[in-house]
Amino acid sequence: MPQTDAEKKRKFRSARRMREIMTEYYIEAKTADQTGKKVAWITSGGPVEPLIAMDVIPVYPENYGAMIGASHMGGDLCAKAEALGYSTDLCSYARADIACALEDGGPIGGLPKPDMLVCCNNICGTVMKWYEIQARLYDVPLFIFDTPFCHVDFAEEARRYVRTQIDEYIGFLEGVCKKKFDFDRSMEVGRLSLKGQRLWQDVLDAAAYRPSPMTAFDAFFFLALIVTLRGTDKVVDFYTELLEEMKERVSQGISAVENERYRLLWDNLPVWYRLKWLSDTFAAHGACLVADTYTTAWCGSMKYIDENNFIDSMAEAYTRIYLNIGVDEMAKTIFAMIDKYEVDGLVMHSNRSCKPYSFGQYDIMRMVQEKKGIPCMMLESHMVDERSFSESQTLTRIDAFMEVIRQRGPRAGTAR
Amino acid sequence: MNILNEFIEVAGDPGAYARRIRASGRSVIGYYCSYAPEEIIHAAGLHPVRLFGTGGDSGIADRHLQAYCCSLVRGALAESLTGGLDYLEGTVFPHTCDSIQRLSDIWRLNTGHGFFADVVLPVKLTGESARQYLIDVLQRFKRDLESYFGLTVTEESLRSSIRTFNIIRSCLSEIYELKSRNPGILTGGELFSIVRASMVMDREVLRDRLQALLGELRERVTGRDGRGRRLMLVGNACNHPDVYDLIERSGGQVVWDDLCTGTRWFSGAIREEGDPVASIAERLFERQVCPSKHKSPTARGEHIAAQAREHGVEGVIFLYLKFCDPHSFDYPYLKGYLKDAGIPSMLLEIEDRLPPEGQILTRIETFIQMLVPGTGAAFTGASQTGREG
Ligand code: SF4
Ligand code: SF4
Ligand code: SF4
Repeated sequence: MPQTDAEKKRKFRSARRMREIMTEYYIEAKTADQTGKKVAWITSGGPVEPLIAMDVIPVYPENYGAMIGASHMGGDLCAKAEALGYSTDLCSYARADIACALEDGGPIGGLPKPDMLVCCNNICGTVMKWYEIQARLYDVPLFIFDTPFCHVDFAEEARRYVRTQIDEYIGFLEGVCKKKFDFDRSMEVGRLSLKGQRLWQDVLDAAAYRPSPMTAFDAFFFLALIVTLRGTDKVVDFYTELLEEMKERVSQGISAVENERYRLLWDNLPVWYRLKWLSDTFAAHGACLVADTYTTAWCGSMKYIDENNFIDSMAEAYTRIYLNIGVDEMAKTIFAMIDKYEVDGLVMHSNRSCKPYSFGQYDIMRMVQEKKGIPCMMLESHMVDERSFSESQTLTRIDAFMEVIRQRGPRAGTAR
Repeated sequence: MNILNEFIEVAGDPGAYARRIRASGRSVIGYYCSYAPEEIIHAAGLHPVRLFGTGGDSGIADRHLQAYCCSLVRGALAESLTGGLDYLEGTVFPHTCDSIQRLSDIWRLNTGHGFFADVVLPVKLTGESARQYLIDVLQRFKRDLESYFGLTVTEESLRSSIRTFNIIRSCLSEIYELKSRNPGILTGGELFSIVRASMVMDREVLRDRLQALLGELRERVTGRDGRGRRLMLVGNACNHPDVYDLIERSGGQVVWDDLCTGTRWFSGAIREEGDPVASIAERLFERQVCPSKHKSPTARGEHIAAQAREHGVEGVIFLYLKFCDPHSFDYPYLKGYLKDAGIPSMLLEIEDRLPPEGQILTRIETFIQMLVPGTGAAFTGASQTGREG
């Protein structure tokens, strides 16, 4: 199908650069055994900066899980995990990765083997079980960075505990890498990390313009860098360029969705194997998913970071991230996003893979309806296991939801 | 045996018992997890009660929780929202799995049972920092109780509670050991009633009853080897007494378990010297670990295989509530460890109700018939094993 000029214009030129960077990154990671670098597997919300400071290559099974989902390999791999005895109700990132590790299958021929495992439970309890499994399989050292859940606050004793673990973590790295930790270098890495996070927030904020130059689906794509290479100048350079592109789009009035009429907020991880379909389905209603709670999580706790004391302030920043707080705290974040991006409705992805993200959504939904008075809908999936997804049911729900939004008419925006 | 009947009665309707306690003027504090610091609640003069999440699936939980949530969490919320827990003056949520973690939020926002506390335990139960943090968390919990109820938990009352709980736990361990050596001494259902009632009864009364029961059981020991293949149950909190009956009818008998309504809950004694809160923390730190906590990547596998060997177990039944992440993640590896130890296993995944009896009976029977005869025989002559310590 030939693309129209408008469609061509809507494509991000940065997408190509992004793919290049990710390819370079995976090549470097996969050839680590030849270059003598060490590889650490780390959870997506984990404290990566000390690894970068130690020249260890961080590898993210969750990012890999997203790749598996987007390449529609999730169903097969999950089925393989089930054959090993893993229940179909478990997180599909974990199931897919466990199956891959055992057979070197999956995209890019599998992940490079880890020299160590770093698991931070600030996102869920699943990662702890998942990393135990990999620790048994690869028989490599496992460090658990335990971030006590903040139902209502970050208790003093929790602060002490997490802070002490940073020292233990550094000791762990020194032991595995057999070299001293360079604190000066870590300061620099910390600064770059914060800079990257600020830029990422700026990129996401561009969606506050009407019409929005980007959708949440673009954010899901561009997210990979802040997750995997946080703390390097690559991230800073790339997001600087991406931000430039956003500004251009805004000034030229290039909208991500043709004739944007309605603006929506997405909650939870993406449905990785239906990104395009969902994006097109909403776009057909003139609706743009302008923002989401998931990609925002990688810059949501910047306020706790002290640029001049990264190592100390890291304790709080890594503990008080979006998924490690109470349902009412999460709702407050959502209220703020509803206002900031001036959205007309909330789309909640009830994700069978992710219980900590999904349980509590009904309560949040009610709070949003009460406090913000906007319509909400819920759709269900297992984010990388496409076998259980019902396209027709989802479509019916979206149509019904958009009908409600249409009847209310677009929110009178104070466009920027 | 009258004592046994008393246990069976309490276990049959724990809510009624708790209401009587409440009527007698004592505040009842409930919790769903075996990591709750019962000793501190008890030392405060309050009455600790384990809840079982038996609110059923009336649909009321649907307002807050998706269908892919375990029946314990859904049942717990339903139990509260339908008024079944009106006797409570407080609830405590030790931090464990992701589902309970969110239940705590939903509970705090939607139910009203007076005192409320999250006891945000460390997830990692290894290393000095976690050990210290656990002590700090329990200290905070003690302060929270004190300030809400306007009382002081003295060191002496903590020590006395610790002694009471140590006796209770050692009695339960010994009853388990007796049952393992002489399986016919109690039916599985009876033993489960004893455990369940022990989580609910007034602890001083309980201590005395358990000691008396143990005396009676010791008398009855001879010639009660029981029949059936020696099985072990492994799972989350099991709330299905009828499963014992089904197993016995299928030619098996449960001689040991790794359940939170079983050995995971009562194993280990608390040091009676030193700082009492630190000693309570130490036991929680060292006890058999729940899969939502981390001890080492292989701790549970080693422990369960060792227990199975020690008790001459011929087969293991994994009894899991559906949608339970921590237990489901452990299943393949535990099964592997048991296989390496030459012990076959089967998995029963259940929701709040057991599947139709015929179906489940056939599955259990088939499993039991496949067990190689004679493997457990070596156990009959086993010497008096020491109590769990
Ligand atoms: S999707 Fe959810 S359960 Fe799975 S690893 Fe991520 S946070 Fe954990
Ligand atoms: S299995 Fe874990 S979460 Fe459940 S009662 Fe036991 S300790 Fe608590
Ligand atoms: S440990 Fe499992 S059974 Fe227990 S509350 Fe959590 S999910 Fe439910």
